Amino acid sequence: MGKDVAIIGGGVAGLEAANQLATLGYNVTVFERNAQPGGHAAKWDRLFPNQRHSHEVIDSLKSHLNGNPAIMLSTAISTISRNGQKFKLDAKGRAFEADAILIATGFELFPAERKEEYGYGIYENVITSAELEEMFAKNGKPTMKSGETPKKIAFIHCVGSRDEKVNKPYCSKVCCVTAVKQAIEVKDSIPNAEVFNLYMDLRMFGPGYEDLYKEAQQKGVTFIRGRLSEASELDEGRLLIKTEDTLSSCPLKMSVDMVVLMVGMSPAIGTSELIAGLGLHPNKDGFVDIADQHLYPTNTTAEGVFVAGACVGPNNITDSVNAARSAAIEIHQYLSKK
Amino acid sequence: MKYHPFVIPFSIGLAFVMLYIVGMWAYWIIRLSRREQKIVWKRLFSFRTIAAIWESMMEGLFHRKIFRKHALLGYMHMSLAFGWFMLIVLGNFESRLYPHSNINPPYYPIFFEFFRHDLSPLREYEEIFTFLMDFFLLLVISGVMLAFFKRIKSRILGMRRTTKHIRIDRIALTSLWFIFPLRILAESVTAGLYNTGHFFTNFLGQNVIYNLPLDQLYYPAWWAYSIALGLFFVTLPFSRYMHIPSEILLIFLRKYGVKEKEHHSTFTKIELNACSRCGICIDTCQLSTNLNISNTQPAYFLRDLRYSQPNEQLRETCMMCMRCVEACPVGIEVVKIRENERKEHQLYSENSYNYLNGYSYPKAKVAFFAGCMGHLTPSVIKSTLKLFEAAGVDYTFIDKDGSICCGRPLQLGGQAIAAKQLIDKNNALIHATGAELLVTTCPICAREFRHNYHLNIPVLHHSQYLLELVNSNRLKLKKTDLNVAYHDPCELSRGLSITEEPRELLSKTVNLVESGKQIGKNSLCCGGSLGATNISAEQRRTIAVATVNQITQADTNILATACPLCKKTFCSAQDTVAIQDIAEILANNLANIKNQNPTKKSAEREVITA
Ligand SMILES: Cc1cc2nc3c(=O)[nH]c(=O)nc-3n(C[C@H](O)[C@H](O)[C@H](O)COP(=O)(O)OP(=O)(O)OC[C@H]3O[C@@H](n4cnc5c(N)ncnc54)[C@H](O)[C@@H]3O)c2cc1C
Ligand code: SF4
Ligand code: SF4
Ligand code: SF4
Repeated sequence: MGKDVAIIGGGVAGLEAANQLATLGYNVTVFERNAQPGGHAAKWDRLFPNQRHSHEVIDSLKSHLNGNPAIMLSTAISTISRNGQKFKLDAKGRAFEADAILIATGFELFPAERKEEYGYGIYENVITSAELEEMFAKNGKPTMKSGETPKKIAFIHCVGSRDEKVNKPYCSKVCCVTAVKQAIEVKDSIPNAEVFNLYMDLRMFGPGYEDLYKEAQQKGVTFIRGRLSEASELDEGRLLIKTEDTLSSCPLKMSVDMVVLMVGMSPAIGTSELIAGLGLHPNKDGFVDIADQHLYPTNTTAEGVFVAGACVGPNNITDSVNAARSAAIEIHQYLSKK
Repeated sequence: MKYHPFVIPFSIGLAFVMLYIVGMWAYWIIRLSRREQKIVWKRLFSFRTIAAIWESMMEGLFHRKIFRKHALLGYMHMSLAFGWFMLIVLGNFESRLYPHSNINPPYYPIFFEFFRHDLSPLREYEEIFTFLMDFFLLLVISGVMLAFFKRIKSRILGMRRTTKHIRIDRIALTSLWFIFPLRILAESVTAGLYNTGHFFTNFLGQNVIYNLPLDQLYYPAWWAYSIALGLFFVTLPFSRYMHIPSEILLIFLRKYGVKEKEHHSTFTKIELNACSRCGICIDTCQLSTNLNISNTQPAYFLRDLRYSQPNEQLRETCMMCMRCVEACPVGIEVVKIRENERKEHQLYSENSYNYLNGYSYPKAKVAFFAGCMGHLTPSVIKSTLKLFEAAGVDYTFIDKDGSICCGRPLQLGGQAIAAKQLIDKNNALIHATGAELLVTTCPICAREFRHNYHLNIPVLHHSQYLLELVNSNRLKLKKTDLNVAYHDPCELSRGLSITEEPRELLSKTVNLVESGKQIGKNSLCCGGSLGATNISAEQRRTIAVATVNQITQADTNILATACPLCKKTFCSAQDTVAIQDIAEILANNLANIKNQNPTKKSAEREVITA
């Protein structure tokens, strides 16, 4: 056959699709702009719903990268264009060719500084969920800037999601369950810590997620339905947070040692410019638009261009892997007909 | 002969409109409050009256403010008003100079050429009168033609769109448009027959329409002219043209110091009648220019309020940015009227804010208030306090643990009862600190403190206070070569007339680069306004992006604001240019930095300038 498939993005979606397509006999190249493969999932410590270490998943996905599929690391694709029957890819002056394209560029974490009222980047003990994962990976528990162990931690749901004001009206899907998972991990690592989750709704959509929520409640995590209005700094880096408990309609204030912002999943930077060269447009939330919500979730309206993973909208690893396999089959059908 | 039945329509119309106007003026003046009547009496015989007469002339006849907006538009208004006025005045002189009894019925000067075909008794004045009458008639007709043209192609006269008029306005407008062409017809026919005109009507009568049956047209033409006048006068009181007499009264009352109160009053009625529905407010409004919402501006809001009740959508769709107030040629306090109208629909009760208690803060010389919006931009607070620390200011942060709102957002929404509760609580808090000065980083709060709190200490916006600190050498700044554009917040520029201090302050440390005309009191709204509750986040972003594009250029490094709400709005709408409050820019360029920890209050510390 000898047909070439180019995959943009070496996260879980890109890697899984690469494995499937290589098995089907295509020459596959994954282009990854980072120096390491694995995408975001490689940065997480343990995964919901079963606390499995993320590197197990990533290592398994990476284990097939032995020539075909090939991976080009530190190679950011900046433009793609159609060139007759083929596609031309450009990475900072270096050109590549392919017969089919898979967009698997994933997502970007919402820049928490844009919710200035939450004090990220201003107060030292306001961190993001991603930074908390790093802390778990490094120390097995969160630590304050001063090196002390926090005794009172608040998780703030929906930061940069479901928020018209920052132009992110959609739900990021995985942050609720991530917050519940992380709350449990805090409780497990610092037994006498007080943990609060400030949420709007709890969206426990996947198998085992509701069980995690129950476990968190049993372990003493306090769930407060209310959106954070603002945080301010008290002495010694402690934080005062203000919200309204919407179940009892009471304004609420409390001081905590650490605030964890559950940052949402925003469209990957550069992807809309990338697909523009193929005549594709982002959807209203800025993610790649798919051909059909129900029947062709991994096709685009451009022939020979396919999508998988979080670049079409927030999802979890399971969804990414499923989409990657679905895309591999679609690409196979497309290239077989060609 | 000084009578003919064709004068009846005109005379009835004139009698009606005069009685109506005098009656209305009298009614309004009687209905002013005692206090207002008193100040009017007291100031009646003062220079204010002369100033009012002058302004009535400048605005009523020459439409000076409209001229400033657009020369051709100003010319249109001026030619109609001034031209017509001169025709009436000249007609009167003419009929008086004519050697016959001096007692003339009111219609007589208007239809003078009908009654007197031989103008030679005017002797040496004949030439000049006939010339001037023709000249001003030509002036008026040029205005009518422009007005007609404006309806079809408003852009030529500097207007994006014209007001959509209701039926009574259209009848009045049509009769007004007919008056002058009919007058020209009547005068030209007469000039064709009797040589009563000059370069214009004589020319028309003797060279253009001379082969029409002029003697048969003679009576119908004068009848038609009289009917058009009569119809216009009868419709005037019920149409937009009531603005003519109302505006004159308004100018006088305003000069005597009468203004809008905290609720609708007789003065409001006069203001409502004084709106000419010129539509200038529609064009200035960003809801119209950026969002295509062109049916809620004062032209329509005031109109509906004059005739009945504006609906909720009309009442609430407004950012209260005051751009239209600045632009309105009649100077109507439209935003105050809207605020008062919103007050009629309050939702809060006497004890909505009972839970707000138990705040106390240390005493100090300067009370610092960040406000609710300030708390959404902690970096501005941090920077301001850093500057205070550096300058050794003895301050107390009186809404450190989260704030009691200043009350202005409620005020803008018309919720005056609720706002009053917040005002009382804050007043007590401010009083308890024993502060000699109140400083706030928020123009919205500053305006509320100054206008509605009746505090006995001065209130400064941080741009003013920081400028004082810099000028007295307590703050030292580095000079950098950053290109900074400055955005005037509505409540600071139009609300408090503070436009120079922030610029002066910025110029001390960066290159202030201004672009375009939309600065100072003509600045654009950021779109974040608390005054509008029914425009979407998407619509706000559209306005914000348009505003940022207007005031920045490709090489702008930072867009500076002096309002936390503007900062938030701009930040969440775009990321092409960095947005910073003036306090942040200053804090970054501070030269005398000693104490790095701004969150701890410095009790009675010495001034620590380097
Ligand atoms: C805080 C957090 C915790 C989470 N925890 C879990 C969990 O426990 N369990 C779970 O199932 N899911 C979890 N998720 C969701 C999971 O991270 C995503 O589903 C998954 O990462 C999506 O994979 P992806 O390959 O589509 O995208 P990504 O992981 O974003 O990978 C995309 C890759 O594409 C690369 N790329 C982008 N543009 C270009 C370009 N132009 N050229 C070259 N390369 C490019 C990027 O560098 C990146 O490596 C979590 C998400 C968050 C935010
Ligand atoms: S998953 Fe939960 S935290 Fe995340 S955006 Fe949706 S509701 Fe908010
Ligand atoms: S409010 Fe002022 S600007 Fe608007 S239509 Fe009336 S007179 Fe014109
Ligand atoms: S106050 Fe501002 S938003 Fe409201 S009508 Fe006037 S210009 Fe438009």
